[in-house]
Amino acid sequence: MLVVLLAPKAASDLSLFVQILVIGIANGAIYALIALGYTMVYGIIELINFAHGDVFTLGAFLSLPLLGAFGLTEGKSSGVSVYLALILIAAIVMLLTGTINVVIERVAYRPLRNAPRLAPLITAVGMSFILEGIMYFWRGASPIHYPDLIPNPRIPLLAGATIGLKDIIVIVVAIVLVILLTVFINGSKLGKAMRATAQDREAAQLMGIDINRTIAATFFIGAVLAGAGGVIFGLYFNSVRFDLGFGVGLFAFTAAVFGGIGNIQGAALGGLAIGLVQAFSNAYYQSALTDVWIFAILILVLVFRPTGLLGMQVPER
Amino acid sequence: MTAPETEQPTILALQGVTKRFGGLTAVGNASFEIKKGEIFALIGPNGAGKTTLFNTITGLYKPTAGQIIFQGRDVTGLKPYRIAHLGIARTFQQIRLFAYMSALDNVRIGEHSRMHAKLWDAVFKTGRARREEAKVTERAMELLEFVGIRQQAHNYARNLPYGHQRRLEIARALASDPRLLLLDEPAAGANPQEKRELMELVQKVRSQDITVLLIEHDMKVVMGISERIVVLDYGEKIAEGKPQEVRTNPRVIEAYLGKSA
Amino acid sequence: MSRQVSSSDSAMRWATGFFRDRNRTIYTILLVGALLFPSIADITTGGEGNHLVSTAADAGVFVLLAIGLNIVVGFAGLLDLGYAAFFAIGAYTYGLLASGLLSGSPLHQEFHFPFWIMLFVAMGVAAAFGAILGAPTLRLRGDYLAIVTLGFGEIVPRIFRFLGAGSPIGNWTGGVNGIAAIDPPTLPFFLTGPWVGAPIQVVKPFDFSDPIAYPMDFYLLILILVVLSIFAVNNLQNSRLGRAWMAVREDEVAAAASGVNTVAIKLLAFSIGASFSGFAGCYYGAKLSTVGSENFEFIVSVTILIMVVLGGMGNIPGVIVGALTISFVNFYVLTNLPDYASSIASTIGLDFLNKSSGDWIGLHDEVQRLNYLIFGLILVVVMLLRPQGLFPSRIREQELEKGTAEEAVFDLREGSPE
Repeated sequence: MLVVLLAPKAASDLSLFVQILVIGIANGAIYALIALGYTMVYGIIELINFAHGDVFTLGAFLSLPLLGAFGLTEGKSSGVSVYLALILIAAIVMLLTGTINVVIERVAYRPLRNAPRLAPLITAVGMSFILEGIMYFWRGASPIHYPDLIPNPRIPLLAGATIGLKDIIVIVVAIVLVILLTVFINGSKLGKAMRATAQDREAAQLMGIDINRTIAATFFIGAVLAGAGGVIFGLYFNSVRFDLGFGVGLFAFTAAVFGGIGNIQGAALGGLAIGLVQAFSNAYYQSALTDVWIFAILILVLVFRPTGLLGMQVPER
Repeated sequence: MTAPETEQPTILALQGVTKRFGGLTAVGNASFEIKKGEIFALIGPNGAGKTTLFNTITGLYKPTAGQIIFQGRDVTGLKPYRIAHLGIARTFQQIRLFAYMSALDNVRIGEHSRMHAKLWDAVFKTGRARREEAKVTERAMELLEFVGIRQQAHNYARNLPYGHQRRLEIARALASDPRLLLLDEPAAGANPQEKRELMELVQKVRSQDITVLLIEHDMKVVMGISERIVVLDYGEKIAEGKPQEVRTNPRVIEAYLGKSA
Repeated sequence: MSRQVSSSDSAMRWATGFFRDRNRTIYTILLVGALLFPSIADITTGGEGNHLVSTAADAGVFVLLAIGLNIVVGFAGLLDLGYAAFFAIGAYTYGLLASGLLSGSPLHQEFHFPFWIMLFVAMGVAAAFGAILGAPTLRLRGDYLAIVTLGFGEIVPRIFRFLGAGSPIGNWTGGVNGIAAIDPPTLPFFLTGPWVGAPIQVVKPFDFSDPIAYPMDFYLLILILVVLSIFAVNNLQNSRLGRAWMAVREDEVAAAASGVNTVAIKLLAFSIGASFSGFAGCYYGAKLSTVGSENFEFIVSVTILIMVVLGGMGNIPGVIVGALTISFVNFYVLTNLPDYASSIASTIGLDFLNKSSGDWIGLHDEVQRLNYLIFGLILVVVMLLRPQGLFPSRIREQELEKGTAEEAVFDLREGSPE
């Protein structure tokens, strides 16, 4: 169906089509980074972690003072040192968001692990408000300019379309992180513990897996990726706002479901799909209806293929 | 078959019932008939597919192949609640009560399919709804009495002692006024005294004109109350007959009794 | 001690019996409080209580919504994250059929149906949408349903926003501007006809003409709607249907094996829950006399869910208390806190805090900025202290008191299919 909708558009203006494709993939890469956190947390404790989108925003907010501290200012800084500084900043931010998320889990979710299922959902909403509240209190309600530090020379692609350096960076960083995560989940001991805990918590516990530590690690890794996403978002769009995580988070969560919740590759693929749908709908159809399409697709996927594109890894309870 | 039971009509007939999960055949080509009014036992080692067969009969699983005929009607693949309406009730191997509801309410749920109150009646508590509620409550209390836990009516299911939970499950099953009752290991975890009482209860159920199909591990219970037995092993029927026939069947001894008794 | 039974003794005994049921006590307190509220508001504000009464009427809408969502979440155990969509559908149903908006639509015809009929129409329309959404999705496991409802909740306000002036199929909803000048309710003719004599004068002009100056009529109306709803839902809870909902919530497999058509039962819960939202939406549209899509965003769905969970899922009085508590926090505490903070600061001689200097934007605005944070903290702290909600249903509370929840003889919920 998508092909039918898009093929004539592609034929009529290939350059535009490729251009939109690039935008879609870059946006999708950011959604994917956030979707991974949703999918991992849901996979392991079946919680829709509403605060996750705000951890992503927090990543962007935390990097702002660091940019200043590292002396990175728009228009003045350039060269390799900028990239090195940015990598260092991103690493610090990722560590910070990861730690904060572990604290959030410890304070707001772990005490409720045996409580009625909706209790942690409400504390997740509460944590979302708290994080947004902190960022609102800190920087106010208006959009904040995020320094434009990466030059964006455009590299020609086919048919006169171009791809910006920023697009390439976003896409490459996302791919690298997803691959690292996959290797980690499949190869490391902790990754195996995560999969075991997701399958059957009690059995995993009997096998000597430290459940608390495993769940904390899941929150840490999810937030590390979200923090990276926040920095990338800032560098790519150059504007952030305290409640950014709400909308972006909703889309990322949709992406996680779309790909098959609990499934790492699925979340990455879902993020990409959401990014593409958004880009094409904005460009070719009514942009006011873009969100409607995305959520309509979400509902249709769930009705006709409830396990998502790649199938879920959450056992039926 | 020449046994005198043939004079009774068949209540449940399984014809080549097969259930596969992926490559695993949980039940393979099971065929047997249960006569009206008998106590019929289904035995076999762990993983022999007994519970899978129960789940298939009660509509939780759709059989991969074969037919299930209940009172002359093909019920293969019907939804669980439809099968319950038609008169097959069951208990579960691992007790599945409504934990946060009173014992009385658990039994009244069993009567759900026999009730007729509509939405309108519910919202406005019409006379019809009141009368029906009163009747249903009375019957539920009788059933609790019947299984011997009337005093527990207003306690929450999850607070009942284990033996009472088993009995409550039977009461709930009986509340739907079944013709055939499927009991999945009712004596599991019970002490000898409780087992004796349970056997009496099963006899009492049968005397109410209800056919009983029973899964049981305890050979004493099985040999004590069942009139006929089917033995499953690795999903296939390996023997069928009266307790003493089954007991002496070499295949059964090899597959089952040889290992556990 | 004499064994004489005096009349005051028997009255006492009746009273202790009556109030032993905690729910009755809560209902009585709530009803008395609701009836006295307008007078109290008037006295404490020196005759300026109208605003408070109007706010209380808004809180009443949320009580209705929470009671309705409780059917879905509390009784049947289905997580609905898009409940505000049905609220929107109810409000727009009334708004479109009781205002001039549709004269600008391709129909070129405006409608002005009476409020009292539209209450039920809105209910029906919302219920129908609930059924349409639920029918294909209620087979899904619990969380997927939650996600579907979330998607639906996002779609509905966007579609209302889209179908305004300039949409490809014409102006059907007023778009971003929403619908304005919606008809207020008018009393039915048999109450206002010439045979009645003087118009009803119990409370000023009882004619819903001016919700701002005279909010009493709207306050009384929502009170009556809430009371009627409580009766209806209480009856539902104790009926065959209510039992079936709870059975589905506790164990769907066992419920089906006991003869409960689980899909139909869930659909009913979903649809009836939606109908309450539609009902509330109709009233809301009439009271505000305007509706816009921004009134029905995700945050509204979440707020109603918070009311239900925080109050005590499944327990109607608990849910009402939850709705009133959150409404109080949202409509009163958080809106007035900045003023209080700055006035306290000036009375205790810290007036300098109220002036802005440099990054400090003044105490009033700083406190206002803390609203999100305070609300979030309240949610987290309350849930951590009372995971079962403020007033859980009796059973769960017993569990907590006895401490048996963690050490049950047998956990009934662990049953596996094999």
